[in-house]
Amino acid sequence: MKNYDLVIVGGGPAGLAAAVSARDQGIESILIIERDKELGGILNQCIHNGFGLHTFKEELTGPEYASRFADQVRERHIEYKLNTMVMDISGKKVVTAMNREDGLFEIQAKAIILAMGCRERSRGALNIPGYRPAGIYSAGTAQRLVNMEGYMPGKKVVILGSGDIGLIMARRMTLEGAKVEVVAELMPYSGGLKRNIVQCLDDFGIPLKLSHTVVDIEGKERVEAVTIAQVGPDRKPIPGTEIRYECDTLLLSCGLLPENELSRSAGVELSPVTSGPIVNDSLETNIEGVFACGNVLHVHDLVDYVSQEATAAGKNAAKYIINGKNADAKVVEIVPEGGVRYTVPKYVRPTEMEDSLTIRFRVGNVYKNCQIVTYLDDEPILKRKRPVMAPGEMEQIVLSKEKLGEYPNLRQITIRIEEC
Amino acid sequence: MYDVAIIGAGVVGSAIARELSKYRVRACVIEREEDVCCGTSKANSAIIHAGFDATPGTLKAKLNVRGNEMMDQLSKDLDFPFTRNGSLVVCTKDQDPAGLQQLLEKGLANGVPELRILNRDELIQMEPNLADEVTSALYAPTGGIVCPFHMTIAFAENANINGVEFFLNTEVTQIEKTSGGYKITVNKKATGADAAAGKPGETSVIDAKTVVNAAGVYADVFNNMISEEKLHITPRKGEYLLLDKTAGTHVSHTIFQLPSKMGKGVLVTPTVHGNLLVGPTATDINNKEGVNTTADGLEFLSVTASHSVKDVPLRQVITSFAGLRAHEDNNDFIIGEASDAEGFFNAAGIESPGLSSAPAIGGMVAKLVADKLDLAPNPDFVGVRKGILRPDTLNMEERNKLIQAQPAYGNIICRCEMITEGEIIDAIHRPLGARSLDAVKRRTRTGMGRCQAGFCSPRTMEILEREVPMAIEDISKNGGKSVFIVGKNKQV
Repeated sequence: MKNYDLVIVGGGPAGLAAAVSARDQGIESILIIERDKELGGILNQCIHNGFGLHTFKEELTGPEYASRFADQVRERHIEYKLNTMVMDISGKKVVTAMNREDGLFEIQAKAIILAMGCRERSRGALNIPGYRPAGIYSAGTAQRLVNMEGYMPGKKVVILGSGDIGLIMARRMTLEGAKVEVVAELMPYSGGLKRNIVQCLDDFGIPLKLSHTVVDIEGKERVEAVTIAQVGPDRKPIPGTEIRYECDTLLLSCGLLPENELSRSAGVELSPVTSGPIVNDSLETNIEGVFACGNVLHVHDLVDYVSQEATAAGKNAAKYIINGKNADAKVVEIVPEGGVRYTVPKYVRPTEMEDSLTIRFRVGNVYKNCQIVTYLDDEPILKRKRPVMAPGEMEQIVLSKEKLGEYPNLRQITIRIEEC
Repeated sequence: MYDVAIIGAGVVGSAIARELSKYRVRACVIEREEDVCCGTSKANSAIIHAGFDATPGTLKAKLNVRGNEMMDQLSKDLDFPFTRNGSLVVCTKDQDPAGLQQLLEKGLANGVPELRILNRDELIQMEPNLADEVTSALYAPTGGIVCPFHMTIAFAENANINGVEFFLNTEVTQIEKTSGGYKITVNKKATGADAAAGKPGETSVIDAKTVVNAAGVYADVFNNMISEEKLHITPRKGEYLLLDKTAGTHVSHTIFQLPSKMGKGVLVTPTVHGNLLVGPTATDINNKEGVNTTADGLEFLSVTASHSVKDVPLRQVITSFAGLRAHEDNNDFIIGEASDAEGFFNAAGIESPGLSSAPAIGGMVAKLVADKLDLAPNPDFVGVRKGILRPDTLNMEERNKLIQAQPAYGNIICRCEMITEGEIIDAIHRPLGARSLDAVKRRTRTGMGRCQAGFCSPRTMEILEREVPMAIEDISKNGGKSVFIVGKNKQV
């Protein structure tokens, strides 16, 4: 069995930033394990621009953003294995992986950072009735075919779901010569970024039909038509509102699911809301020395936030490797209320946390002219006014260690959406 | 001139083909789809029934019990997964337990071994997730679960190795009686980009001394071309929900519901691969191609499953599908030579328990044909077949030896099911090898997991392109027009 101080599972934006950060904290023995043939993860197929505005103060494409971090990894001579699949992670931090050259092998790690990313919700998971022909793709699969292989999956397209990949693919398919008939969204609001609705749909005259879903797929061999219908407040289709589109392709962009099969087998406790690990302020899971960051932890809207989170995870893992287990510190739970669906992290240790700690979360509905209020027990200590909040965009607040220090008997932190 | 032409490469046609290959015979199987196991055989409950359900004395009863008995040896010889997990028919508070007794008596009459009725206390020990309303159940330890793909493919591969030819993508359009047998007109269908562009197929003729009609929901069409004893087959749609492996241990036995005035109920069962399956509905339809699922059907399954099993984790559904049972008006299998068409043998109306009965149907029909043609045994018959090697059944040392010899076994393609490139290459190069993504999927489970081929399909396409080899534009989901790629960027 080989030994490494830190094994990072996943060489996408989260894994790369975590590796760089851990190395900069003095950790020499690091291995990144990546299942694809190059570093960068899903960014490699995101050839549109708009990445890195926060991190690099410039507009980069996905591959450019990824290469900035991949270059930092290479400059630091951090070890990585490509085309290598992690098969198992044990609760004792033994990582079993496999590739063509090394075969099946085991590594004992002192610390592990989970950075496996997420996958798309499939047609089957959506329970869409109809036939099962070719021509139904997740938006990400279509994106890979078009952007990396240069192949068109279809000519006339209906898109279900207004997640960011779906919006981006509406534009991409149009630019590559296909006709996108409509984007249907089950919810009364889009799951994607406002800027993507403007730049990918509005600018190309592609209609977005909110509160609509697919009720039938025709075509036994290849998609021949897709019927959508309006849904009521119960999200059930309303008879008589059906619209049928002749098309050869249905793209699905109906949500992303953190890929935590490995975490589960290791015994990591997962949140039923995010499907990602439950972590404390150091992004550590319930298993000592196992950290998580990026979309495996919770699905992000901007990669900049992934990089920030991963940098923190790398730093915290390094601290753990150098200092060993933290002393048993007091733990305070952050309780999401009134429209806040979850928070990452869920637990804070007021004596151990960094001087300032970013708490990220998503809201469950569209809120206008509201504020995010943070309570330490019953006392509101932070109010942040937000003209618009939507489920498609991540929100954040920052907690300061100093402030929490003023409340030695603190039992609970509550974050809530309130009207102004 | 063939001695026998079998129409249909489902589990029945393939089982007959394999049994026939035990004789010295020139036989072929004609299949309109691009692979074997593409109709009813691929979309069913995957159950090997114990045999208590069919009316005593019927072919269904006899062949089910006989088929069930054959499964242990067959699954060993042909290397396909089969587990006797036992089945339970559960009776709920509002039902008359006399129904269980009647089933038990039918089962005894049919010769089903080890049947017994269990009370709730015994049941809860076996199945803690049974619904609170369940009061008792009929327990059939010989009930089992099987992989219907692997079973059918195993029959077909083994028949092929023993000399039976398979004409895939070949649709029978006409059958005529001739002096020496039958003239079968077929259309060799265009595939891939040609099919997508609307190119017609090519017509040709296959001559055979005898015909075996194993055409599933189309068996009436072919019978009625030849015989005045008309058959009428109604496609009876069954819809299913398949749940992720995380739900696969929710029950360990196959849980049937005692039929009532409200209907036959649905079953909840683990699959042999560790998923959980819920289904089927039962709706008679007119369309022999109507394998679409419906909102009503899927809703019905979600509700009805809870009558026998509580807390079925329906959020873990990874796919839904529908299959068509070939229901003949007389409610029994129709097996034998048509009375007015010498040498035309039917294996028709093979609905449930068709999968369970298939091995026995194979033997029965092969015997009829062999007697008719006075066939001699095939001294070269090889009765065993090795399935696709599953590296996850090996220990670390064996696995590393394999990867050293064939590095493709170290390369995971399907992340959800952990399927390696080596397995996919095997699936492509073995007899009747895979030529589409669904064919790869049925043989290896690539794309059958929770992401439903989101990640692996482009990679599987690359492997097909390289290994077959075939043009990327011709690679399809399941033959015909089901292509994935319609052209290059900016050229559509």
